[in-house]
Formats: sequence, structure tokens, C-alpha cells
Amino acid sequence: MRLMCLTLFVTLTAMAQVDPEYVIPKKNPFATAADLKNGQQLFMGQCARCHGSKGEGGRGAVLAQPRLRHAPDDESLFVVIRDGIKGTEMPGGYALDTRETWQLVAHVRSLGRLAPEKVAGDPKHGQDLYGSKGRCAQCHINSGQGGSLGPELTEIGARRSAAHLRAAVLDPASTLPEDFLQVSAVTKGGQTVTGVRLNEDIFSIQVRDLNGGIHSFMKDDLRELQRETGKSPMPSFRGVLSASEVDDLVAYLVSLRGNQ
Amino acid sequence: MKRTLCLSAAGLWLWAVSLPLAAQVSFDRLRQSDAEPGNWLTYSGNYSSHRYSGLDQITGANVAHLRPAWVYQINTTERVEASPLIADGIMYLSEPGGSVTALDTLTGRPLWKYTRTLPKGVRGCCGPVNRGVAILNDMVYVGTYDAHLVALDIKSGIVRWDSEVADPKLGHSITGAPLALRDKIVVGMAGGEYGVRGFIDAYDAKTGKRAWRFWTIPGAGEPGIETWAGDTAKNGAATTWVTGAYDPDQNTLFWGTGNPGPDWNGDARAGDNLYSDSLVALDGDTGKLKWYFQFTPHDLHDWDSTEVPVLADAVVRGEKRKVVLFGNRNAFYYVLDRNNGKFLTGRQFAKQSWAKGLDDSGKPVVLPGSSPTTEGAKIYPDLSGGTNWFSPSFSPRANLFFLAARDSGAIYLKGNAEYKPGAQFNGGGQSPIVGEPPIGFIRALNPDTGELKWEFKLNSDANAGVLSTAGNLAFAGTNEGDFFALDALTGRAVWHFQTGAAINANPVSYLSGGKQQVAIASGNSIFAFALEQ
Repeated sequence: MRLMCLTLFVTLTAMAQVDPEYVIPKKNPFATAADLKNGQQLFMGQCARCHGSKGEGGRGAVLAQPRLRHAPDDESLFVVIRDGIKGTEMPGGYALDTRETWQLVAHVRSLGRLAPEKVAGDPKHGQDLYGSKGRCAQCHINSGQGGSLGPELTEIGARRSAAHLRAAVLDPASTLPEDFLQVSAVTKGGQTVTGVRLNEDIFSIQVRDLNGGIHSFMKDDLRELQRETGKSPMPSFRGVLSASEVDDLVAYLVSLRGNQ
Repeated sequence: MKRTLCLSAAGLWLWAVSLPLAAQVSFDRLRQSDAEPGNWLTYSGNYSSHRYSGLDQITGANVAHLRPAWVYQINTTERVEASPLIADGIMYLSEPGGSVTALDTLTGRPLWKYTRTLPKGVRGCCGPVNRGVAILNDMVYVGTYDAHLVALDIKSGIVRWDSEVADPKLGHSITGAPLALRDKIVVGMAGGEYGVRGFIDAYDAKTGKRAWRFWTIPGAGEPGIETWAGDTAKNGAATTWVTGAYDPDQNTLFWGTGNPGPDWNGDARAGDNLYSDSLVALDGDTGKLKWYFQFTPHDLHDWDSTEVPVLADAVVRGEKRKVVLFGNRNAFYYVLDRNNGKFLTGRQFAKQSWAKGLDDSGKPVVLPGSSPTTEGAKIYPDLSGGTNWFSPSFSPRANLFFLAARDSGAIYLKGNAEYKPGAQFNGGGQSPIVGEPPIGFIRALNPDTGELKWEFKLNSDANAGVLSTAGNLAFAGTNEGDFFALDALTGRAVWHFQTGAAINANPVSYLSGGKQQVAIASGNSIFAFALEQ
């Protein structure tokens, strides 16, 4: 009997969970290098199955991004890891104690956010170029302003390195997101529409053309559907901007970190 | 208020008397379910798990006129993987967590509802899904996410008995549909990512008292324990979360088992790790093991063998045999002798890079470099496998075996694994291969050999099962919400409907008011389709 009681005690202790009365601080109290290392180990053991070893996603959400939809700050990320997300496959980390939960918070945050980089170039001049010679605002939304053909740039500096952004300016096709696809659809009537794929299933495809017009086609109604893999509607700025102007524009893009 | 209540009660009474009575569903009816294709009485449609409907009102010639008859929306934001049962015009639908609703198949209107309230602290790897119920005589049986088996009165949904199967706080849960035998209800369990010890249980159908338990990992001194190094067997998983098949003539139950734990780090559990990733054949009365066949010894990739086993007669090397057909998550298709579990033939059906092939006994010839590493190893298929829990279908009419297949690889990583009660016990993970998103197919195989007859490419990953019918159609669904029908003989698409949400379920077919319906869960809803008048 004593052994049974001891076993029960050990089991319950081992299952030590976050104290329900625990008042969650706003700032992570366990974010040292050692905490991060343990968080990384916990992540590999319990989270990588669905979220990928580097948070790239898979069955679970992509965590390698600066802003998480369900957890915009450390406090809410703590709650998500502790309780899970109802309506999704994300379970609660019921067997994690407070420290371990915070260590996971620290690790997950480290996945999604690039540290500010020091780069050559004048971001202020880069901002001028963004709106003038670069004509970036024609196709990109930045803090609510601009066109919507290209990806939003409001916090691009927190998501992409300076090297990646430089490549995007000089050789846009080399930096396309994985799910991006430019397509060219030719209807049986001879109409050709070239644009960005918005959605696709077995039987239909939806396309935004280069002027922002939206088209939906049943595939049976198309004579041809070309998948222009590796092509980007964005022009290269090589030869359009000088080397120092490219430095300035990249410096400006690196400075775009949203509200955080 | 009182008057309204009285009127409502009168209305319900009038409505009730005009409905078909919820009839008794005897064991004999289950045993001979092929003789009444207007009903769908077990998880896979019959004990042999064919997921085939003998109805032929809907054919290639008229399927273009298939339209939604009704839609029932479940009040949930959880994923719906349910495959409903239909008996005498009433659909019995399990909902996330283990709730159950009875629906009138003419209108989709609910007749009764049992709501399962889950206690706090229930844990499972993949959400509180529920794949279905069982029916026997005057009761409906459901397994719950908090690891109980519950018997409901078939006419009212009122609880007859509620038995705890296992402790949910340690990671046990039930997500699969139970299977009713003559007087017992068999149920599997989940929790493979929590270091539990797997089992299959049978309960007395009338009382809820446990009749037998088969541990999928041997105990001390039992044959097979030597296949686990040290004391690793006690947290070895091998769970049983998808419904098996039953041969009433042999009184043999066939049930697939899950991966050994921890999933990706097998350093401590040297050995074949029996009976993980296996098909076990059990005596229906006692749960005693008759034979087993292990598909993936010492699995390091989370390739559960919890796919649906299909019982059929096949001609193998010129000889007619009673066989089990099995499309496995490890990307190989197997034909096993149903009498003794001996391997008859096998063949790769999806992209794989881990085995040179199968030897004469069906054992995989494992290639070097196919284990997870701390740096990451590129291996096909990924952890979700060449196929998964979603059901295959066998058409005796077309003599084809259909399954939703996946061609997808991953970078497998090995991590630390320390068992802690109630915590995930994975020992690694996987990363997607950049530029290679998973792609799904509906593939039709020669059931005798596994030879590919045709394939239909999906737009993305496969997550839904297949139903074939006597109208020579094969129905399936997609992540993008398309529910569609293929010509079963050629794989040509002949009909589709956009449901508006991802389909993660198996289709069923039955008669309602004498007319064939086909139903599928999509998003949080059940869609029932019938031919336009």
C-alpha cells in the first residue's frame, strides 16, 4: 500500500502542471540561453512532429514567423501552449510545468523573429526610393498603404534577412514563396489571362491578373493552363537602381518590423 | 409558453409517428449486411470492411444529376472525421469528443442528441475527433475522447451504460468507431504519442462489463516481450485507433496496431517491438491472439498500421484464397492469408525510399540511410504515410481495391525522448521538403497483386477515404472541399460538388425513402446527396 501511495505521489508530482492559480506575467521570466536550449529540446520532443523542427509547419501551423495568429505576445503564447487551441488539433501541454512552458515560449519566439540587422545604406533615402523610383507601393501594401498584387511588406524586416530582401529586389524569381504560382490561362474562346494563382482545386482555378482583376475558370473550359513556375510578375531592379540605391532600399525594407 | 410547449410536444409526436421506427439491428443483420444495401450498419459498411455499396441507382449515366438533398451542421469548430451509420432511414452520426446525433435521412433533421461533456485535462495528439459509432440490437455505442465507451438507447439517445476504458489523463483517448460482434462491443484506443501501452478491448453489449483485453505489447514473460530492449515495452504505444474487420465464420477479429513509442528515436527500444505496426487476428470470444503479421518492424517513422484491413477472396498465384488486403502507411500494399497471416504478395503503391522491397516473408528489406538523424534525413513517405486512417474501398463488382494515396517525403529528425506521464513522447519530428508539397491520388489496384490499374491525381494532399458502389462509381473528397465521383473502371471524373471546406472523412451510401443517397462529412457539416427529381 505504501508503495502504491508513493507511486501515486511520484506520478502526480511528475505530472506537475501549471498551477491553475498562476498569474501569467507579461514578460517571459525564463528566457536565458539555458532556457532556450531546453525549450528547443522540448520542442523537438513534443512539437516538431506537427510544426516542423524549425517551425516551418506541416500538419501544424508555421511558427517561424514574427506574429502568430493565436499568440501575438508571450502571455497569449503561454496560454496556447498550456491549454491548446480549441477547434484545432493543437493539444494543451498539460504535463509541462510553468518553467517548461515558458522555455517553449522562448524557443517558439526565437523561431519567428529575426534580430534587427545592421546593414549598409540609408533607410530614409530607401523610403523615398520605395515611393518614387522603385514604384514599390504600386504592388505592395505597407502599413495599410499601396497596391495588393504583391505580398504585404509591413513587417518584412522581421521575416526576411537583408540578403533575402536584396535578392528579392535584384532577382525576384529567386525568392518566390513556395505556394506562389504565376499562371497563364487560355480559354476555349481564345482569351488569355496571366496572373497570380489565388486558389485552385481539381476542377477550377482562381486568378488575379496583373491589373488586379479576379477571374475564375472551370478547368474544363480552358484550352490551356500554363504553370509558369519560377516566374515572378515583379521586375528586377538590377540596372534600374544604382548599387547604393539598392543598399538604401534594402536598409528601408529591413527597418520594416510592424508594430513590434 | 405552456401552450407553445404543448403544441411542440404534439408536433413532435405527429412527426415521430410518421417516421420509420428505429428497428432492432441484430447480429444476424450485421452479419448479412450485404443483403440489405439500403442500410450502412458498420463502420466500413460490412464486417469485411469493403466500404462498398450494393446500390446502383446512381450510375455514370445519371450522376450528373446528383444534388445536395440536405446539409446538417454540427455545432463544433473541431475537425469532423465521422463516418455515420444508417439503419432503417435514420443516420447515427458521431460528433467530436463522442457526442452522437440521430438524423432523419429524408430531411437531415435531428431526432435526438447525446452530448458528451469532456472533463478538463483530456489530452490527445490530434484533436477530439470521432470516426463513428456501432449499433447492436437496440443500442448505439460510441467511444469518447475521455476514453469511455458509452451505450445509448437507439430510440432516444439516453445513456444505458458508460464504462471507463482507460485513464485519459495519461494520454488515452478513443477516436475510432467501435465494432459490434454477436454480444460484445470491440473498441480500440489512441494515445501513441503519449507513451501509453496499447490494447483492444471487448465489452459485454448489454452491461458494459469488460469481457476481454488484448494488450498489443506483451507483458513480462509473454512471447514477444524479447523484442523490446530493457523496460521500454511499458511505454511502447502500439495503439489501435481505427476500426478493424471481422470474419464471423472464423469468429476472428482483424485489427491494425500503431507505431512503437517514442516515434522517431528507437535507440532504447532495440528489437522488432511486437506487436507494433502489425495486423493482429484475435478470437472474437476471448481476445486470444491467433496470429500476427508485422508490417514495419522497429518503426522509426510513425507509420502506424492502423489502416482498415479488408477481407476478400483473391486469386494468388492461380489459387483462390481467403485473404486480408492491406494498404499500409509505409507505402506497401499487402495480401495476407486470412487463415494464418502468412504473406502472399505485396507491392509498393506510393512513393517510398526506405525499403528495397519486401522479402518472401513480407519483411521489408530496409535501405541504409532511412532512419531519422539529428541532422535530418530525407525519407519517403513522410510521417503521414503512403496512406493513412481514411478508408480504402473494395469493389467485388469491379474487382478493384481503391485507396487515397499520398506521394510525399520529409526530413526526419531524431530528438531526445524522455517518458513523462501524460506528456508527448515523440523523440523527434519532421520538416517538409522545400518545393515538394504532398500530393494525393485516388489509386485503383488489382486486389490480387497490388498492380496499379489507374490513378486520379488530386490538387494537394489526400485526407479522405473512398466509397465504391454497384453503380461502378468511386466517391472521394479533397482538402479543397471537392466531393467527387470517378468512373470506377477508368478513374475518369464524372461528377463533383464544392462543399466549401476540407473533407477529412469517409463517404457512405444508403436508401432514404427508397432513393439512394451518398453522404460525406465536410468541415463541420454532413452533406447528403441524391438524384434530382
